[in-house]
Amino acid sequence: MTNTATNLQMFETGSSTNFLDAVLAKHGSEPSALIPILQDIQENDRYLSQEAMDQVAHALDLSAATVYGVATFYAQFSLEPKGKYVVKVCDGTACHVRGSLPVYEALRKRVGLANGTFTTTNGRYTVETVSCLGACVLAPVITINDQVYGHLTVDAVNMIIDTLEREGEHDD
Amino acid sequence: MGWLLVNGQSIALNGEKSLLDVVQNAGIDLPTLCYHPELTIHGACRLCMVEVKGRGVVAACHTPPESGMVVNTNTALLRRLRKMALELLLSSHDRECTSCSRSGNCTLQGLAHRFGIRDLRFSQDDTDRLPIDRSSILVRDPNKCILCGECVRICGEVQSIGVYDFAHRGAKMQVTTAFHQELADTNCVHCGQCAAICPTGALVIKPQIQEAWNALMDESKTVIIQVAPAVRVSIGEEFGAEPGQSTMGKLISALRSLGASKVFDTGFAADLTVLEETEEFLGRIQKGEKLPQFTSCCPAWVKYAEQFYPEFLPHLSTCRSPQQMMGSLVKRYYAKASGKRPEDLYMISIMPCTAKKFEAARDEFTTLGIPDVDLVLTTQELAQMIREAGIDYTSLPETPPDRPFGFVTGAGVIFGVTGGVSEAVLRLAHERLTDTELKNAAFTEVRGYSGMRSWELELDQGTLRLGVVHGLANAKAILDDLRAGKVYFDLVEVMACPGGCIGGGGQPITNVNGQVRQERGAGLYQDDVVTAVHKSQQNRDVLNIYADWLDKPGSPMAHEFLHTTYRKRGAQWKTSGRAIGKA
Repeated sequence: MTNTATNLQMFETGSSTNFLDAVLAKHGSEPSALIPILQDIQENDRYLSQEAMDQVAHALDLSAATVYGVATFYAQFSLEPKGKYVVKVCDGTACHVRGSLPVYEALRKRVGLANGTFTTTNGRYTVETVSCLGACVLAPVITINDQVYGHLTVDAVNMIIDTLEREGEHDD
Repeated sequence: MGWLLVNGQSIALNGEKSLLDVVQNAGIDLPTLCYHPELTIHGACRLCMVEVKGRGVVAACHTPPESGMVVNTNTALLRRLRKMALELLLSSHDRECTSCSRSGNCTLQGLAHRFGIRDLRFSQDDTDRLPIDRSSILVRDPNKCILCGECVRICGEVQSIGVYDFAHRGAKMQVTTAFHQELADTNCVHCGQCAAICPTGALVIKPQIQEAWNALMDESKTVIIQVAPAVRVSIGEEFGAEPGQSTMGKLISALRSLGASKVFDTGFAADLTVLEETEEFLGRIQKGEKLPQFTSCCPAWVKYAEQFYPEFLPHLSTCRSPQQMMGSLVKRYYAKASGKRPEDLYMISIMPCTAKKFEAARDEFTTLGIPDVDLVLTTQELAQMIREAGIDYTSLPETPPDRPFGFVTGAGVIFGVTGGVSEAVLRLAHERLTDTELKNAAFTEVRGYSGMRSWELELDQGTLRLGVVHGLANAKAILDDLRAGKVYFDLVEVMACPGGCIGGGGQPITNVNGQVRQERGAGLYQDDVVTAVHKSQQNRDVLNIYADWLDKPGSPMAHEFLHTTYRKRGAQWKTSGRAIGKA
């Protein structure tokens, strides 16, 4: 749950040029390496910055527009920094009929998301819906940084966030 | 090779790559929106659908022909599907045709008319109107884009730049720049090929016609107009003439009628360029340095080199382009000679080119706030002005351009076609190197339309190696080979647009293809044939300029007024400018 949280290098700081070099060394600079490279950057940075995409384009001898096209095609890539905790609320059919939307709304309210935004201003939480997590037996189900929480209720959601907040106090 | 049936008619196969070619050759005009013979096949618009017995409906553009196929192009099903495909395209297309600059020569509009689309079953979806980009020389209106991808492919495949690509997915898919940057912030070189190929009004030239009218109506300004070589063989197309028919005399009459006080021929400045560029070339050969010399007439190529191959900038000829030489002549020499101040003269260029607008705006070509060239209009824009003024172009009399910058040799005229600059330079360099007069000035060996041509000229003094490329992807290939030491050249001519300036982004939109370009090129070569003088060094008016003002080619005066400098541009790699993972 904390592997993305412990590795917070950002491209803007310039400190991760070595990281990009390592990623390129790992995957090579053929155009076919584009998606694995973007995935590694996404995992490390939690998003794809314009600077990172520019550098990848340069390294692979692709146009920046092509890299941008691939990055915007796949839902797995985010062009905005995601929160430390990425909460995916399943809204597939089974979860939907068992009350995923009240869970989703409760989450948004608990972490304090303004209308039309998905990441909290303090950068701690991103809350988004996904179409199906493939765990219908646990409906309604969410994942937080790949950890699965099933059979959720509004109360359970608030307790989970309370726990994360207490962990956060130790972090900071 | 076999045969197949098209609408019951037996057609012999002759190595065609696609069913579309076979059907077109059989005299049936299948509609297309995303197909272009010079680009890779996209297969997105689905308008070229045909029925193949045993296979059903297929897109002809990406179906290889096979012997024995039974093909139908006009069935009830196909008519219904084609119409529906068009209706769907139109339902998400901004259909403000009356105020669209492509109205009348829009491929989509033409097809809607041809297929009799009168009522749209699908209502216009304008919930997601996207911003129009007017930041650059072109106007990009994504609301008129039909996602054919022709701009994506011409910019990526022919020019090797890739300003545009598809982004986002499904109903939200767009053709856009990286990060939705405005065009002015991208590494666009302003060649305008995307606007020339766009089948709709999604990419058009930003009109500057009003600025021209303002200057022409301003009594305090003396408007002087120069006309580039490639315009004379294309503008007639706007008024019903065949491509390649030279209408220079009518064009000059039209410009006078619009209010130009003098009309000069950019070809005159091309003759001047030949003298300067050859002098520079012979100097480099003598010293054995900075070879190959690259031509520098094409502003899109110059910007390309500045952005992507800065290490080659010392190899570019320092000569200004003919447009800018003419600007300098008019503002620095002619103004004084005619007793006027440079600021009282207003110089308009008529160019086949959109990048010339960018070139004229470069800092290097403005002195004390006065630009050498005040305004650049494309062939398209001038045609619009002629129509607006109600001038009957075809019945205009033929008049000659004005002295002292109106006389052009055949060498100056062929600047507008790929290989022309090299040939013009050779007509002087050959004489200088061999110290004998050329009897036949035509070097037909450098002519042609293949994207990359090379030629060796054997002289007693050694071998001259010449490269001619058009299309920046070909320039990239030759630059990479030079960088890797795989090839050697003494002189390389680069023109960004296919075919050279005759295929420029500002030329009339007449479904431009290789055939039209070659007819325009043939028109320029014909002008060379009928001109009395074929060599720039025999242009007496050019020689007079030297005697009167510039001293001699390559002199300090010539350098001050006719040469320029280049700069490295790193705009596209905003963060590091450092190559990662590459030597």
